[in-house]
Amino acid sequence: MAKVVYEKPKGITDAITHYCPGCTHGIIHGLVAECLDELGVLDNTIGVAPVGCAVMAYNYFNCDMQEAAHGRAPAVATGIKRTLPDRTVFTYQGDGDLAAIGTGEIVHAAARGENITAIFVNNGIYGMTGGQMAPTTLLGQVTTTTPYGRKPEVNGYPIKVCEMLATLEGAAYVARVSVCDINNIRKAKKAMMDAFRTQIEKKGFSIVEVLSTCPTNWGLSPTEALTWLKDNMIPHYPLETFKSPWGVK
Amino acid sequence: MAKVLMKGNEALGEAAIRAGARYYFGYPITPQNEVSAYMAERLPEVGGVFLQAESEVSAINMVYGAGGAGARVLITSSSPGISLMQEGISYIVGSEIPMVIVNVMRGGPGLGGIQPSQSDYFQATKGGGHGDYHMVVMAPESIQEMVDTMQDAFDIADQYRNPVMIMADGMMGQMMEAVDLDKPKKATRDLPPKTWATTGTAHHAGRNVINSLDLSPVNLEKHNLDLKKKYDDMTKNEVRYEMYKCDDADIIAVAYGTTARIVKNTIDMAAREGIKMGLIRPISLWPFPQQPFDETVDRAKAYISVEMSTGQMVEDVRLAVNGRKPVEFYGRTGGMIPEPKDILAKVKNILGGVK
Repeated sequence: MAKVVYEKPKGITDAITHYCPGCTHGIIHGLVAECLDELGVLDNTIGVAPVGCAVMAYNYFNCDMQEAAHGRAPAVATGIKRTLPDRTVFTYQGDGDLAAIGTGEIVHAAARGENITAIFVNNGIYGMTGGQMAPTTLLGQVTTTTPYGRKPEVNGYPIKVCEMLATLEGAAYVARVSVCDINNIRKAKKAMMDAFRTQIEKKGFSIVEVLSTCPTNWGLSPTEALTWLKDNMIPHYPLETFKSPWGVK
Repeated sequence: MAKVLMKGNEALGEAAIRAGARYYFGYPITPQNEVSAYMAERLPEVGGVFLQAESEVSAINMVYGAGGAGARVLITSSSPGISLMQEGISYIVGSEIPMVIVNVMRGGPGLGGIQPSQSDYFQATKGGGHGDYHMVVMAPESIQEMVDTMQDAFDIADQYRNPVMIMADGMMGQMMEAVDLDKPKKATRDLPPKTWATTGTAHHAGRNVINSLDLSPVNLEKHNLDLKKKYDDMTKNEVRYEMYKCDDADIIAVAYGTTARIVKNTIDMAAREGIKMGLIRPISLWPFPQQPFDETVDRAKAYISVEMSTGQMVEDVRLAVNGRKPVEFYGRTGGMIPEPKDILAKVKNILGGVK
């Protein structure tokens, strides 16, 4: 008899997404939704969508959502959480949103130990606007605004968000994962479960940085993009649990 | 209850709590810091939340989140801080989130100064942020009126799902006056339940989304036209003004807030010299009152807009008078306060030149 091995999580709506073929946003959305389902909090969750590729995440997550101004999702989430402290509140943000225009908001949400969870999708480039340099773009990486490659003397250095936020006492759970293969997808799911548990147990701010691909703006096929991520991003952005209420191995 | 002596900034905080506000997010800026201090002490006593944000940009987005989650929420700042909030205010109108925003105005432009000013009139009434939008803007003339206005401001915000701005100034924020906190009329409007709030799908039917994005121009135009209907209703229902000694006035001053009180003193001074001067005091700066101009335009020889600016409201006065009589202007700016004797000198000068 046929057995169901996988089905669309309840936390995802039936809307058809606008993401490019091969983009890993879909996988990451699915993982977040699975976590909310499995933790039994979906109908008590409010998500906050960013500006960037995930701007229409409010159409895809099957829970109440607010769409924030560019970079301000952690502030919006703070307002929601302080009003409804027993609900689960998460932000879903890209690297431009979180690590450039929204740096102040994420740092202070973490510093306050705000009981929210940030899902931080890092693909090293601005996707929605067509492939500009992000704060996380690697040195030498070609983008539309670094056509000769990112040069440190002009553009400075890529920001390691997790390492930076891990220095803050209010940040309780900080981990970097990737969705570049099945094994890493499983690890990413576990990290997200731990991040949401951190929030549910009121232990403070939690963030999961997910290394992700942008085949369209990297100019690579989806499979080439996954290989590029492994070969170039992971050496610079090590996959690690930096902080956890349950201790780091 | 007997009257109590209170600083304007503290009185407006207490009035907001009595109007049901339990959430306040803000960032320090002079001359409105007493609001934050008051709310930080008082809100925990009534089961509310005070949070100091890391910037005005963050604070306005916190109230976006809290208001979107259904909270009755207050935010206050002063001119440069209000400038930083403009993006957020545009989003708040676009997403239809009710709240009350208070601007305790100080002199600008730029960092400006910390003394009273009325130079944010354009920003408040013409939409300081991007996009087609309006909000009801109330300008009380005393601490008592600011307190009385607060309940109404929150109710207007909830009725239309639109922010309401109260324009005070450094004078009103900093001075102390006797105020009766029990005087404000109780809520009388039949307010719609906040069925749209993002409280989690376990708490309401369907799925709620707070959002101002619509990539379809057809839909976005419809959204703008729906908002326009609300502005039209506000224009019809929410105009407030006072007419003071206008009946037989030869010259009618137009002034709001602190300046209106100074003009009232000027009118008494003018009367002692046999000059018949009146005052139209817009209490709602937007929607701007048309009626008192139509009622007085046949009798009055001229109007004079008196402001703590280089001339902002005067443009709306000209639109209201619409060429039927001369419209003059007298203003002080940069934190300087108009003095009755100087206003009167200008009035005499105008009347000398008006046949």
